[in-house]
Amino acid sequence: MTMVEERVPAAAAPNVASTLNAREVSAWFGSHKVLDRVSLLMRPNEVTALIGPSGCGKSTFLRALNRMHELVPGASLAGTISLDEVDIYRDAVSVTEIRRRIGMVFQKPNPFPAMTVSENVIAGLKLCGLKIDRSTKDDLVAQCLRRAGLWNEVKNRLNDNGGALSGGQQQRLCIARSLAVRPDVLLMDEPCSALDPTSTRRIEETIAELREEITIVIVTHNMQQAQRVSQRCAFFLAGENAPGHIVETGPTEAMFTNPQDQRTLDYVRGRFG
Amino acid sequence: MQYIHVASVPFLDVVESSEQPIAFRTTRGRGDRVYRGFGYGAGWLTLAIMGLIGGFLFYQSLDAFRYEGFTFFTETRWITSVSGGRFGIAAVLLGTVVIAVVALVLAVPTAIGTALFITEYAPKRIRAILTSLVDLLAAVPSLIYGIWGAAVLEGQVVYVSRFLADHFGWFPPFHTTSLAGSKVPTTLTDFTASAFLAGIVVALMILPICTAVMREVFAQAPPGEKEGALALGGTRWGVIRDVVLPFGKGGIIGGAMLGLGRALGETVAVALIISRTTDVHNLLQILKTGGNSIAALIARSWTESQGIASSALMAAGLVLFTVTLIVNAGASFVVSRSRSGAATEI
Ligand SMILES: Nc1ncnc2c1ncn2[C@@H]1O[C@H](COP(=O)(O)OP(=O)(O)O)[C@@H](O)[C@H]1O
Ligand SMILES: [Mg+2]
Repeated sequence: MTMVEERVPAAAAPNVASTLNAREVSAWFGSHKVLDRVSLLMRPNEVTALIGPSGCGKSTFLRALNRMHELVPGASLAGTISLDEVDIYRDAVSVTEIRRRIGMVFQKPNPFPAMTVSENVIAGLKLCGLKIDRSTKDDLVAQCLRRAGLWNEVKNRLNDNGGALSGGQQQRLCIARSLAVRPDVLLMDEPCSALDPTSTRRIEETIAELREEITIVIVTHNMQQAQRVSQRCAFFLAGENAPGHIVETGPTEAMFTNPQDQRTLDYVRGRFG
Repeated sequence: MQYIHVASVPFLDVVESSEQPIAFRTTRGRGDRVYRGFGYGAGWLTLAIMGLIGGFLFYQSLDAFRYEGFTFFTETRWITSVSGGRFGIAAVLLGTVVIAVVALVLAVPTAIGTALFITEYAPKRIRAILTSLVDLLAAVPSLIYGIWGAAVLEGQVVYVSRFLADHFGWFPPFHTTSLAGSKVPTTLTDFTASAFLAGIVVALMILPICTAVMREVFAQAPPGEKEGALALGGTRWGVIRDVVLPFGKGGIIGGAMLGLGRALGETVAVALIISRTTDVHNLLQILKTGGNSIAALIARSWTESQGIASSALMAAGLVLFTVTLIVNAGASFVVSRSRSGAATEI
């Protein structure tokens, strides 16, 4: 009886996916403006890919979406970003709550090396101050590792150190770790750029499955990957001395076959960047 | 059908014969050789000096060891004369350790807190000021600490000591009996010149070195892991608990042990503060008047000692030298084995 009750929260389906809306977002590092009035609607049940040459502000934009941008000393921001109807910068929601709801996976896998695989998965709960009992914990660990496509590889190594896994496994461990705090949105900044093709494929499969429940925004330099995983694309570009902006947004299909802007076509065909 | 005779393919021949591992040889440039020479030279010189000091101490203490025998390590009294006496290291060493432990218990948490505040919380401008303020503590001469401890701090600390003895007397180290006899209630004078007071002063003296080591290590906590923790919704404290402290564990232990090494050897300040006793029960009552320390013992009695008395002090010095050496070696071992320590020197 009680056992069933305890299991419910861990096994329950996550909430319906959220919408993330950026309007007229500009960003600076000190006096250096790197983003100029970027507007982008990131829809539920869609993977939005951010593409564009290096240094055009994709990472900066992504980090603005979960309030990581402000961690850089001297950084500033203008515009509005809302998660469903919550203005993440102006409404009375704590920054830690925002970051919990909008998770992030980094380019370089960053598991906590002093923790075991399962401790890594639930690290976020501890960090958010959420309590969890034992039976729920094991279920949650298994569930998150399954959703991240890592369960079969680590189910017998749950007590190994997180740092002992391969790079691709570490990255999926980081995805599992993000999932454990039940985010509405998952931001991924070139999550596969340090990984081998097999690990990359596993992560792409994971992304496809997660799309059902979580809104995903991914930065990628790999055009095939953008085509494989995303439904919508935003092409970022920065001028010689001008801040980055969005040249064009649209369904991935259209962006790759029939873009409105010549520069987009040149970029997706690999002619520059 | 034509077969190629394997042996006739030169490439394969090479593979076969190169089963022997190649001995990697590097020809070093002149600058490199000179530098290495200096490095090795300095290393060996340090070892040689340590060896000479140890050997000298051992040689000088032979008379005392011959006179007192193995009881030197168990005897608590320290009564010496030119020709003999009854002396042993037990009580003096115990007193030394008690003061060092008090100092560590006070200094290590303070150092961790200070180092964390400097690296994780303080704004950039304040960071530099705080760092140099803490370092400034190390610039105050030991003698000044001693005078200040005995003349100023003692008058304040006795109240703290009495409070601790009255309310936390059930905690064994705080249990205090009156100097006038165990039935008589304690008075403020029972708390003067105590190991507790000496420990506080020594804590202040080792705080800079402990803080410096920990600050250095905490500052190296990997930014990627810190961002990972923040991106999960972690607070600053969460980041410290899950990233900075686990990473800095080696630095904390190393900094503490380095501080311990200094605390054990602290001389002038302790000599000025404590009133020496070899009564073991008294030594274990840290709040009560009376303590002991090898360094203070030597400093106070060296000039008027001759013969066996002088040799006995050398023996005490040898014990201090050995203990400090072990503590320091332990510190570097712990630090070099830890994740953060691989990149840190102490
Ligand atoms: N921490 C920082 N401090 C100062 N400038 C930065 C920082 N991070 C990025 N930038 C600058 O901001 C611009 C955009 O960088 P970024 O968002 O990382 O681009 P992308 O991810 O598209 O390659 C670049 O010109 C870069 O030099
Ligand atoms: Mg980037």
